[in-house]
Amino acid sequence: MNALVLSAIWGVIMMFSGIITSRLKVVRVVAVLGIIVLLLSTIMELNGTKFFGFNLNGMLVFDTFSLLFNSVIFFCVLIYFLLSGKDIEKVGMNVPDYYALLFFVLAGVTMASSFNTLLMLFLGIEIISIPLYILTGSDKRNLKSNEASLKYFLMGSFSTGLMLMGIALIYGAKASFNLDVIGGTTTELTPMVSAGLLLLLFSMAFKVSAAPFHFWTPDVYDGAPGVFTSFMATIVKAAAFIAFIRLFRGGFTEVHAKWQLIVAIITAATLFIGNITAVFQQSVKRMLAYSSISQAGFMMFAIVSLGDAALEGLLYYAAAYCLATIGVFAILVRMKDYTYDGFNGMGKHHPAIAAANTVFMLSLAGIPATAGFMAKFYMLSVAINAGKLLWLVIIGILCAAVSVYYYFRVIQAMYFKDGEKQEIETGPGFKLLLGITAGFIIFLGIFPQWLIEKLYFFL
Amino acid sequence: MVPVLLILIPLVCGAVSFFIKSEGAVKTGALLSSIATLVVTLLGLTVLTSDSSIRAEADWMPLLGSSFSVAIDGMGKILCLLTAIAFPVIFISTHNSKYSNPHNFYALMLLSQAGLMGVFVAYDALLFYFFWELALIPTYFLCSQWGGERRIPVTFKFFIYTFVGSLFMLVGIIYLYSRTPDRSFALESFYNLSLTNPEQMWLFWIMFIAFAVKMPVFPFHTWQPDTYEQSPTAVTMVLSGIMVKMGVFGVLRWLVPVVPLGSWAWGDTVSTMAIIGMIYASLIAMRQDDLKRLIAYSSIAHIGLMCLAIFATNSMSMQGVMIQMFNHGINIIGLWIVVELIERQFKTRKMSELGGLAQKAPAMSVLLVILALANVALPLTNAFVGEFLMFAGVFNSEVTEYSKVYTVASAVTIILSAVYTLNMLQKVLFGNTSAVTAMGRDIRRNEKIILGVLVLMILFVGIYPKPMLDLTQETVDMIISKMINKHPL
Repeated sequence: MNALVLSAIWGVIMMFSGIITSRLKVVRVVAVLGIIVLLLSTIMELNGTKFFGFNLNGMLVFDTFSLLFNSVIFFCVLIYFLLSGKDIEKVGMNVPDYYALLFFVLAGVTMASSFNTLLMLFLGIEIISIPLYILTGSDKRNLKSNEASLKYFLMGSFSTGLMLMGIALIYGAKASFNLDVIGGTTTELTPMVSAGLLLLLFSMAFKVSAAPFHFWTPDVYDGAPGVFTSFMATIVKAAAFIAFIRLFRGGFTEVHAKWQLIVAIITAATLFIGNITAVFQQSVKRMLAYSSISQAGFMMFAIVSLGDAALEGLLYYAAAYCLATIGVFAILVRMKDYTYDGFNGMGKHHPAIAAANTVFMLSLAGIPATAGFMAKFYMLSVAINAGKLLWLVIIGILCAAVSVYYYFRVIQAMYFKDGEKQEIETGPGFKLLLGITAGFIIFLGIFPQWLIEKLYFFL
Repeated sequence: MVPVLLILIPLVCGAVSFFIKSEGAVKTGALLSSIATLVVTLLGLTVLTSDSSIRAEADWMPLLGSSFSVAIDGMGKILCLLTAIAFPVIFISTHNSKYSNPHNFYALMLLSQAGLMGVFVAYDALLFYFFWELALIPTYFLCSQWGGERRIPVTFKFFIYTFVGSLFMLVGIIYLYSRTPDRSFALESFYNLSLTNPEQMWLFWIMFIAFAVKMPVFPFHTWQPDTYEQSPTAVTMVLSGIMVKMGVFGVLRWLVPVVPLGSWAWGDTVSTMAIIGMIYASLIAMRQDDLKRLIAYSSIAHIGLMCLAIFATNSMSMQGVMIQMFNHGINIIGLWIVVELIERQFKTRKMSELGGLAQKAPAMSVLLVILALANVALPLTNAFVGEFLMFAGVFNSEVTEYSKVYTVASAVTIILSAVYTLNMLQKVLFGNTSAVTAMGRDIRRNEKIILGVLVLMILFVGIYPKPMLDLTQETVDMIISKMINKHPL
């Protein structure tokens, strides 16, 4: 609750900060301050301090899981602002507006992670999406950015339509938007409920870019300015996943067995398409777009299997994936050459950055002692515990092996190939922060308990 | 305490080494670290043998039922000792080699040592998997950065092979974990599992692939000769001397006692694979001109025999495997050292270009002959003890109908190994000197000392193997009893 109100307020503050000052540095500091306020207020709420006492009629439920997820997200955004803040300023003229839009997205994220009625889900997802359409097109003079924005908008609104249709059908069958009511009464699939369920499934699959609803992803991620791609591929995707699992855990657990196979097939297709296509990319940015699809495939394991461990796993996966991807993008947007060759010789010319990038890549590939490993471990183990899904697990590990290929190509380029020195704008602060992020990824990888026990410790 | 130190010393020293810029300092540091590890290992074998000092346990991930649980049993002792001896030997023998970015090289070497030690002492499946991969990553970087011309594709193949294998093993581990009543990754819980027959059938393969790739057993061996050839020799020593033992070790600790029915059911299949691999590798070894490739193929043959002996499942064959893991490590590291010395001096590894070294380098020749004879398992050398036990075990095996066939087929490879090893000796040491070796000189003192120490170990174990055998007896009994207790024959 704290974060929802504060993020909306801070969005407005950011909007007006452009009028009060024209110094970009001040704007950035205000934004960083804002995200720190959000993070602290969420942690305070976890400890029981609530700033606002609205009666929500159970439409939003701020439980430990959603609050902890929000804290993770705010922490990642903090890292994101600190690492990529300067690059946001290079996108265009309206810097305060970009920050304002990002804060509005965060308001949407808090709603999507805490909804308890389908209406709030819809609102949350829309509040996330609309600012993103704008941000995607924020590089106004770039044709690709415009194209991406339009594509995203058209496809996004279509999937929103699907979602709305699904909600309407469910409402028609159950006479309620409330997730508790839906979850309590859906013990079998009537035609209306199953139609609604499918529509909801498809629209959520679109939002998390699961195959076969992923076609917008590479174009949008490639066309959007790199900094915002980073934000979309991490924060937004994680939030969509939390909404996804909340919806299906809350609403349709009883009929889990009936829709499990569909989701399993979607998962397998996502893994397969994401990984195989990523192998053939020449641009690292596009590779990361496909890699985000394949990572989504792994997160889908949580939806396939539901269960408590799936929640832990998804939370942890979100943290691991966001941190690593934000780190990679922070480096990438400062480079001029987005192809693999652009990374040639980085190990020699920028050893610190290359080392951090290696940790991020290892984490994305799921190598032990990085957070990515424990994340994949969780996903595999929830799937194995769910039983009957061994085929999916096998596909998963084969795809994980494929993913090693393209992540390690970057490492190979950095260390084992020679290249000319590329200018990368770095200060000591940037390097230090990259180092801290990489260190934190390793810390999470060795002590995953630290994060996961908070789920139970705060209860 | 001892196992923790064995991991921590190389880990910390390795991490520090990244930041030392001076070449001399980093070399000395790495050597000191490896000697410290050796001292701790020796202390653990002799003085600090109380239960509290060779065992340590701490909470790691209680929510998942995984703990940081390490201990050294008999098999662990043998392999820790091998690892602890190997690294100082490698560092001293390659002291004169030049590497670009030496700090990275030595740091990664030490990190791989930490990973290896971890594998051998882990008593928790998840921890085991952690170290299993941790040993791989530094090796990958070592080979790709400092290796030969084709290093990048070759080591990448190696990495993908082992990584895929490991992932399958991870699935197996998670499945076993999901079947434990107390939701625990502890080795004890895995041993106490009672699994149905069909489960054991597929679990066996899903876990065995990881170990088979590492060993390597035919047909999973294709990465090995290329990788050995392309890696810098110091890394080849780690790979062939110690890292292949991870596979054998993994089978003995994590596979056979956990899924005994699966092991028995598939024993014949695996044995056949092992024998095909042995004969095939020996035949190829006979045709090699490159010293490194010859030793690589000979290593496949030797490992195949160990694999065969494991699945004979009796006390004698297992004992043979245990002692042979150590012996093979010592022998092959000795051979690599000689190859490294030859290559450094003459800039070639081709046997056709060498010759007549016996005149130019008498000390090296004597040492090489002993090492080569140990490779053939001549009596009085250490490998004789191991291979004899293994053959006897395979011959008397009660779990297979084909024990006689296996014995005969694998005995053929002993003859073949004599053929290619003696052929190598003849081409390298005897005959007339070639254009390359005409200006040859003998090896330096530090190199003599190291090879001398290895040769002494070969002879000592060959003549008086009892201390080694006593060390592992307990583990062998434990493995056999776990298998029999669960499923009496």
